[in-house]
Amino acid sequence: MSAGTSSKAGASPGQAGTRTAYRLPTLSAESNNNVLSLLRLIIIFLIAGAAVSSRLFAVVRHESIIHEFDPWFNFRATKVLTTDGFYRFWNWFDATAWYPLGRAAGGTAYPGLMVTSGAIFNLFHSLNIPVDIRNICVLLAPAFSGLTAWATYMFTAAMKDDAAGLLAAAFIGIAPGYISRSVAGSYDNEAIAIFLLMMTFYLWIKALKDGSALWGVATALFYFYMVAAWGGYVFITNMIPLHALVLILMGRFSSRLYVSYSSFYALGTLASMQVPFVGFQPVRTSEHMAALGVFGLLQLVAFVELVRSHVPSKQFKLLLVAFVVLVATLAFGALVALTYAGYVAPWTGRFYSLWDTAYAKKHIPIIASVSEHQPPAWPAFFFDLEMLIFLFPVGVFLLFKELRDEHVFVIIYAVMASYFAGVMVRLMLTLTPVVCVSAAIAMSTLLQTYLDPKEPTPLVAGKGDAEEDDGAVAKSTRAATAASRKAAEVGSSDSELSRPASPVFGASSFSSSKFGVFGLDSRFFVTIYSLLLLLVFVLHCTFVTSTAYSSPSVVLASRNADGSQHIIDDFREAYYWLRQNTASDAKVMSWWDYGYQISGMADRPTLVDNNTWNNTHIATVGKAMCSTEERSYPILRKHDVDYVLIIFGGLLGFSGDDINKYLWMIRIAQGVWPDEVREADYFTPQGQYKVDDGASKTMRESLLYKMSYYRFNDLFGGRPGMDRVRQTPGPTKSPELDHLDEAFTSENWIVRIYQVKKPDALGRDLPGVKAFEGGKRRKRAVALPAAPATAGAGGRK
Amino acid sequence: MPPKGSRTSTSAAAKSRSSASTPASTSTQSPLSTLYNSYVDNTPKRLKVVDAFLVFLMLSGIIQFVYCALITNFPFNSFIAGFASTVGQFVLAASLRIQANPENGKTFPKVSPERAFGDFLFGSVILHFFVFNFLG
Repeated sequence: MSAGTSSKAGASPGQAGTRTAYRLPTLSAESNNNVLSLLRLIIIFLIAGAAVSSRLFAVVRHESIIHEFDPWFNFRATKVLTTDGFYRFWNWFDATAWYPLGRAAGGTAYPGLMVTSGAIFNLFHSLNIPVDIRNICVLLAPAFSGLTAWATYMFTAAMKDDAAGLLAAAFIGIAPGYISRSVAGSYDNEAIAIFLLMMTFYLWIKALKDGSALWGVATALFYFYMVAAWGGYVFITNMIPLHALVLILMGRFSSRLYVSYSSFYALGTLASMQVPFVGFQPVRTSEHMAALGVFGLLQLVAFVELVRSHVPSKQFKLLLVAFVVLVATLAFGALVALTYAGYVAPWTGRFYSLWDTAYAKKHIPIIASVSEHQPPAWPAFFFDLEMLIFLFPVGVFLLFKELRDEHVFVIIYAVMASYFAGVMVRLMLTLTPVVCVSAAIAMSTLLQTYLDPKEPTPLVAGKGDAEEDDGAVAKSTRAATAASRKAAEVGSSDSELSRPASPVFGASSFSSSKFGVFGLDSRFFVTIYSLLLLLVFVLHCTFVTSTAYSSPSVVLASRNADGSQHIIDDFREAYYWLRQNTASDAKVMSWWDYGYQISGMADRPTLVDNNTWNNTHIATVGKAMCSTEERSYPILRKHDVDYVLIIFGGLLGFSGDDINKYLWMIRIAQGVWPDEVREADYFTPQGQYKVDDGASKTMRESLLYKMSYYRFNDLFGGRPGMDRVRQTPGPTKSPELDHLDEAFTSENWIVRIYQVKKPDALGRDLPGVKAFEGGKRRKRAVALPAAPATAGAGGRK
Repeated sequence: MPPKGSRTSTSAAAKSRSSASTPASTSTQSPLSTLYNSYVDNTPKRLKVVDAFLVFLMLSGIIQFVYCALITNFPFNSFIAGFASTVGQFVLAASLRIQANPENGKTFPKVSPERAFGDFLFGSVILHFFVFNFLG
């Protein structure tokens, strides 16, 4: 993979027969190689440095904290791991989540991330570097982004050469599509998963090239690590078999493919089953059946190849091919039958919604309710990948021109990942590596063509020398002449089945001596222009990272008129109020988005959290939020709820508040209780979603609405308050709450916490108690009331 | 069905399925005998030893699978571990056979037969670590 075969420093420039456009430094072969490896090392280190430092915006600007929602659970689990030890973490039952059910967290989480940071923590502490676990968790993603750059370099170098590898590493080091999920403080599974993805792919390519069981086993081990780290391992589970299948269909089956794939699958599948959360899925679910099918097919093809080598007769060989096709069809039919019979579980909704894109919205609102599961628009691609997005198809085209076995992999990966990224914003992350790889191949081909100092001769068959210019452009192994390439191939790893050289798709090198560039001027212009593009790419990436992807969602920052920063810290204010002023076993009910943060920061039991494994329980919370007080109070009491926490952005214009998420609560509750909760009731007769006096009666009487606008008008001197998110005034008359007490409202009214009242000691209903204590008596009737029904304290409506 | 004697030896390289010849017509009989003879004559002794091991593994896997299908799959993880150990070991041994075959020297420029054996040992150790961890 190094430029060993192509060091042609012996062929000094200015050889007889070749004219060069500019003079090159003359170095001996050995010093040439030394300079190259030194440059490679320096470049890789600089790229890793750039990758790490561009992810530190949020830490430098704000503080070193965990962002977002999901990372808070990972952080809490890591704390369990480091304080109580590994086995306690493995069997950790989290009794504070999903009250009253609890969650067997050790067996329902991917443990790779926590174990990785736990190992780093223990390593530092064994070296007497007492670093806090929080800082390890915050800085894990930047650290692994450096490793991702290195893995991408190796992967791309296996595809083309070191020059393309270094470019790809530089691209993925700063590409916003990957930074968005791996800034400092993003302690999420994707932080290490992309490194493991690239590493697994690289090892797979290496195993396939060498046909080595050792590398196949190494692929399986990294695949195991990937399975332990991220639910997206299914992508690898289907990519590698697809690659193998396409190679078989192209007629490129070789013993190397058999050895690498079989050793990878046999070990990788068994290893992946060791992760408790995965369990028996690799043999029981449809997502994993492609890998199993290709494994069986490979055994079949290998056996038939062996038999064919022993038998001369032509008809018999034809019979064997027919046999393979027949058995493959039968196996596929058997798989379909097993799926229908229920022995093999069908696709889960989360994966199925990638194929049938309307499925989630219709049947599983909880999947459709996540904003990351929406399809992206075109600008998102440009925003996240800038110029890579238009170099990407060029790179794929160039790979098509020289179609080696490993190139097929990148092409398949490009097609699949493009489709998935087009379906879901979140999967832009898996597209980014392949975009970086193929854009780097395109860019390095361009630069090599124009920096190649060799002047083309109008005659055929000049001698091609690949020499790097005296800049830092790494050497090309690709531009050797065909003759020297043939000679090198005998000992190189790229030797492949000898194929007839076709004029179009022959394995011709990217620059042949018949084509080339005359003179210095065109070289100069194209090179400068490409460098400008690269420079603009760097500026764009830094700008996007700094403005869009480096804001911790826990604290909100805004600018004052004089440009100084104003920090809005309501979330932590409220969570710490809960932590310090409530009983340690007080249950907090909130919408599921905030479950992890409440248990992480407030350290209180929650009813639902971001691990949405129990849809009915979430629907219960939704129903409590969108019913009237009288109907939701029994629900709250039955679940021992002490506090209800809601997010209200009306005062500040914080758009991600609960009123904006309200329709999803209603839809999810409606999915379980269609006769009690109806989405249409919350709209005006004209079908509008309003919060002012024009809101529907159901809306105005619902618990969440009342909690949101409770005492809101007091801020505006009794006039209807202006809701800055909905851009309408709120209700003219402040809602009254009978069953809840306001316990805490944060500074900017973003977080509001209500305490659930205990039932009255005298057995009266709570609205009556409130009316009684408010001194509102029943009207003195002249006559005794005829109906005994009014004997109770008259609840004023 | 071909005669029993040739069955075991033709299946030397892989499958439990009755080998390619489903119709027992005379036109396919001659290829079968050529296959058998060619196998006996052209395969080195070492590879035949590996083939015998492969046949044993295949039989072991078949017995386990039949037991699981007919009697019980109760400790399912134990069945998976046992079956995966035979499958994994079969695959690794088949890889060893392919790589150690002198005819495949061109296909594997980087893997000498000794290196192939080292790979085989390494893979088997890793495999059995996972198998024992999964047996429960």
